[in-house]
Amino acid sequence: MQEALRLISPGAEPVRADFVEQARRLRHGSDGASRGLALTIRGLRKSFGDNEVLRGIDLHIPAGQFVAIVGRSGCGKSTLLRLIAGLETITAGTIGFSEETRPEDVRVMFQEPRLLPWARVLSNVEVGLGHERHLPDAQARAESALVEVGLDEKRGQWPAVLSGGQKQRVALARALVSQPRVLAFDEPLGALDALTRISMQRLLERVWHDQGFTAILVTHDVSEAVALADRVLVIEEGGIAHDIEVDIPRPRRRGSAQLAALEGSILKNLLQGTEDTSDL
Amino acid sequence: MSLIDSLPRVGAPKLPRVDGLIPWIVPLTIILIWQVACVTGFVSARVLPAPSDVALAGWKLLLSGELARNIWVSFWRASVGFLIGGSIGFSFGLANGLSQTSSKLTDTTLQMVRNIPHLALIPLVILWFGIDESAKLFLVALGVFFPIYLNTLHGIRTVDPQLIEMGRIYGMSDGELFRRVIFPGALPSIFVGLRFALGIMWLTLIVAETIAASSGLGYMAMQAREFMLIDVVVLSILIYALLGKLADSASRALERLTLSWHPAFQKH
Repeated sequence: MQEALRLISPGAEPVRADFVEQARRLRHGSDGASRGLALTIRGLRKSFGDNEVLRGIDLHIPAGQFVAIVGRSGCGKSTLLRLIAGLETITAGTIGFSEETRPEDVRVMFQEPRLLPWARVLSNVEVGLGHERHLPDAQARAESALVEVGLDEKRGQWPAVLSGGQKQRVALARALVSQPRVLAFDEPLGALDALTRISMQRLLERVWHDQGFTAILVTHDVSEAVALADRVLVIEEGGIAHDIEVDIPRPRRRGSAQLAALEGSILKNLLQGTEDTSDL
Repeated sequence: MSLIDSLPRVGAPKLPRVDGLIPWIVPLTIILIWQVACVTGFVSARVLPAPSDVALAGWKLLLSGELARNIWVSFWRASVGFLIGGSIGFSFGLANGLSQTSSKLTDTTLQMVRNIPHLALIPLVILWFGIDESAKLFLVALGVFFPIYLNTLHGIRTVDPQLIEMGRIYGMSDGELFRRVIFPGALPSIFVGLRFALGIMWLTLIVAETIAASSGLGYMAMQAREFMLIDVVVLSILIYALLGKLADSASRALERLTLSWHPAFQKH
């Protein structure tokens, strides 16, 4: 809670701006290229039985971009994410990455932390190393991932004693520890309270800047989408209805007029046709 | 002010020592009342001998070596029968929990057999094995099999599928998935089965030894009945209670050791 307050207090802003700028330089290296993978999706379809959830998605995501996917429940946004993460089989079409991927290159974070209750925090993070968890440096890597999410002092705890936000941070450390090049978030903050959410959003933005992966965030929260993403995709009835660039410099100020205006127009798009929107 | 209010403050620093004694207050009080009732002649010694007489009978049997021998025989039967029945039940539980084919093949049969009270098989078992050791082992193993089987199966089937998906995403092999996700997830349920099985183990053994045996605690009690040695009968019953409590404590200790992650076993 304290951390949340510190992060949203205006006094912290200049320090953060510095930090973000430094991270940006680190991330892009000398040649300016991101560590992330670019993603190309062509004619993607997915059916469950007779129910066609995705009806032909064409999409290119440049390396290192932060993309948010919003839409009503049941529009297929989670299915799209699960297909990208390889958790479902494709009915038709292709999903291509710009380079050959190892399984450790694509990671998913879910709404539930999905930690092993019978493993201490540190071993839960080690799970994220996948096939590399038997290497001698596994523990050191897990520890530095915990430092990254600010939970190194909890390394020896059982997950049961952590708060919801802390569990989600452990899950984030587990997703980060293999240094993925694509990180897919399926409503990762959906179950958190408002202050913890804001603190987690800052954390997500920071690690994204830090590590330079391509981020794909599925969320039902449009304000979260415009606050974090470079680009917002609106999915409707299994297709991409809108593709909106969020051209607002970072760090973004929560509640600024620019963000609010963008959020309003996206919400309007989402509600159009299905409800009376005269009061928006 | 009230009792409830005063509990945490009073208990906080010295609790462990006092806490360990609390469960024994009731049994000790009962023994005390029992002793007083017998000494004052309120209860006839032919109905119920005094605890001191029971202790004396125990001491005599201990000196003659008879007590130790009978306890050992019963203990051996209980544990060997338990190991046989438990390991078969555990294996079937694992197989049917993990494999659809195995479950389809054997689960219906096992559920049918489960509905036969295993003690109803005693006449048949005596015809098959006589009053041999194998008769007792067979009955104990059969009794122990079902709670272990059912709870292992239930434990494996109810492991959180989201955790299994997580394990697969993070590249766990089948073996690792079993060792790190499925087995630890099923363990609380397996322990429930274990404690049920321990209860059934003693029950079965007592009945079997009382009906068909030439050694063991149950046999000792039946012999004593023949000679109207009521103190020995009561002694055997008390020893069964102690052995049952011992087995339960052992399984609880094992549970605390292996389930220290579980919120129910965390002290702070």
